[in-house]
Amino acid sequence: MRNGFSSSYKVIISPGRVEKNYWKDLWRYRELFFFLAWRDILVRYKQTAIGIAWSVIRPLLTMVAFTIIFGRLAKLPSEGVPYPIMVFAAMLPWQFFANSLSEASNSLIENEKMLTKVYFPRLVVPASSVIVGLLDFLISFVILALLMFWYGFMPGWRMFSIPLFLVLAFTASFGFGLWLAALNVKYRDFRYVVPFIVQFGLYISPVGFTSSIVPDKWRLLYSLNPMVGVIDGFRWAILRGNTQLYWPGFLLSSAITGVILISGFRYFRKTEKVLADII
Amino acid sequence: MNNAITIDGIAKKYILRHQMQKRASYSSLRDVMAETVQRWGKRVLHPLSSGRKTDLSSFQEDFWALKDVSFNIAEGERIGIIGRNGAGKSTLLKILSRITEPTEGEVTIQGRVASLLEVGTGFHPELTGRENIYLNGAILGMTKAEISRKFDEIVDFAGVERFLDTPVKRYSSGMHVRLAFAVAAHLEPEILLVDEVLAVGDAEFQKKCLGKMKDVGSEGRTVLLVSHNMTAMSSLCSKIVVLNNGAVDFIGPTDEGITRYLTSSGKGDTNICADLRNHYGAMLYSQLTKTEVLNERDEPATEFRMGDAVKFRISFTLTEDIPNLEVGFHLLSVIGTQCGHFIGEWEGMRLMFSQGEHSITCEIPHIHCFPGTYGISPWLKRRGGGADDQVDFAIEFSVVGSDLTGSNPDFDRYQFPGIYQKSNWRIER
Repeated sequence: MRNGFSSSYKVIISPGRVEKNYWKDLWRYRELFFFLAWRDILVRYKQTAIGIAWSVIRPLLTMVAFTIIFGRLAKLPSEGVPYPIMVFAAMLPWQFFANSLSEASNSLIENEKMLTKVYFPRLVVPASSVIVGLLDFLISFVILALLMFWYGFMPGWRMFSIPLFLVLAFTASFGFGLWLAALNVKYRDFRYVVPFIVQFGLYISPVGFTSSIVPDKWRLLYSLNPMVGVIDGFRWAILRGNTQLYWPGFLLSSAITGVILISGFRYFRKTEKVLADII
Repeated sequence: MNNAITIDGIAKKYILRHQMQKRASYSSLRDVMAETVQRWGKRVLHPLSSGRKTDLSSFQEDFWALKDVSFNIAEGERIGIIGRNGAGKSTLLKILSRITEPTEGEVTIQGRVASLLEVGTGFHPELTGRENIYLNGAILGMTKAEISRKFDEIVDFAGVERFLDTPVKRYSSGMHVRLAFAVAAHLEPEILLVDEVLAVGDAEFQKKCLGKMKDVGSEGRTVLLVSHNMTAMSSLCSKIVVLNNGAVDFIGPTDEGITRYLTSSGKGDTNICADLRNHYGAMLYSQLTKTEVLNERDEPATEFRMGDAVKFRISFTLTEDIPNLEVGFHLLSVIGTQCGHFIGEWEGMRLMFSQGEHSITCEIPHIHCFPGTYGISPWLKRRGGGADDQVDFAIEFSVVGSDLTGSNPDFDRYQFPGIYQKSNWRIER
């Protein structure tokens, strides 16, 4: 009875072998992926005192600060949209990116014990930590809905394209996350690099202001930042007809996002092979 | 009969860095950059000296944890792997369970593998018992449906019904281990790789585990087991592989393998100090004749778990009556540093020794040496005098980690010689 079954699952282990089973394994361990995400979510809210409130307070306070600094003090244009909504539309993808990046980059090191004792496709670990970021995203989304209701701002048909841009945001977070998770295993000082990237990224990405204030001749160059495409996409989807999407820039951003994901995946796979020896 | 596992010329190389002993296996970007700059600097200053790798290789050394290991495991066979610490058992298991890649060779595995290198991998202290069963099961490769189906059985086996919704951090260490093993025991792979998991829990639970392992074996599944527990080995395994210094030393029937391991490992079970070259001292009135390391049942043993009872039996002859003889020994690490001193008189042994043969046993009720190999050097002297006879490294024994603290310490990961001391830790801020 077992004979027939065992022949269906054959593994050959040899140095530097390209795993033919990798994708099959990823599929086989899909439940572990959900379990890890579920664990991270559970643990997160079990250990914190204010729990889920934190996911509400953080983006809300940032939004207030940005509205005051950029909207009131610097008097930057908001393209006819209430400034808080304009900021919050960008906060959605940015928070998602920042949270999942921090979580993913530490994920391998935090699960070190597991990685040196059990085999499973290691890709599952950073992937599930990005999923945790998705929960915060959903919470923020509810806040945005309330905010729009408060200002009486109705979304248009473009709202339905949000999942598409969410996929783009996911791609960017996961791509960078893979790079940093693998680099963090090899060089522990990336632990200090990640918070810096997150902080610095907030200033060079159009979160507190619209990217339309960037002079046209610099616009394409500005789009080299993959988050520019993601954030512009979200604004375009949420802010009805007031915002125009700068297509060349958007396509460039998306292309770079794709390159980062593919290269990140390759680098991660390379590190994965020696992971247990160097972690 | 088909082969479940075919191992063909497996070798595993690790690179040891000598210069950076304090550094862990990972590096920091800062160091890498500093090294690169140094190398470039040297190249600019000495353009003729070729090979920028030369200075790097001087503090790197290859270490072969496994060398050309080949053997086959037939379907349904239960194989035990034994060997001393550092023989390559764990490395082999890690390669077979795909945690690390071999440097050379090829392994073919037919069938679904589950590896159990540790019980309770991935247990999270904040999660409840119920949550941890699902999480741990998923980590070990079970599907959610499978876990749900076996859930009651697992809970029953572990005996933790009442605490299912309590966070695992509130569990006693015994409960923790029982729950962890219960999940693992309900795996249903075709090939099971197990590392030393029988060395946990109380005696009753160990018996239960042993029974479960036997069931697994008799169901026709292939089992590969690494253990220091020879009793378990002989009752569970149909075949034994003895590893020595990363190579296969013996492969064959269980009893023969165990005997071979016990006689080849160490310098024998008992050591007769006949070799005069190792004696230090004048030997005016005394001579050490034999040193033995025994377990709590007074059987010769070479391997102990941290916290086990160890007995040293020192035999000697005296050529005259000595009223104030001191007997003691130093505990030495494998590289010869002294880790401890034991003298009979400290514990109140003041006897007059008459001329003739004597045998003294010193029992250490709980040996707290960190994992590694140790030796003892017994000595004899008159109180106030110098050593009349002393034998360095009269006998060796080794210590492996155990759950001494009840907090699942992974002592085996740290290969530093010395004595563990209990310490209390708390967070100030």
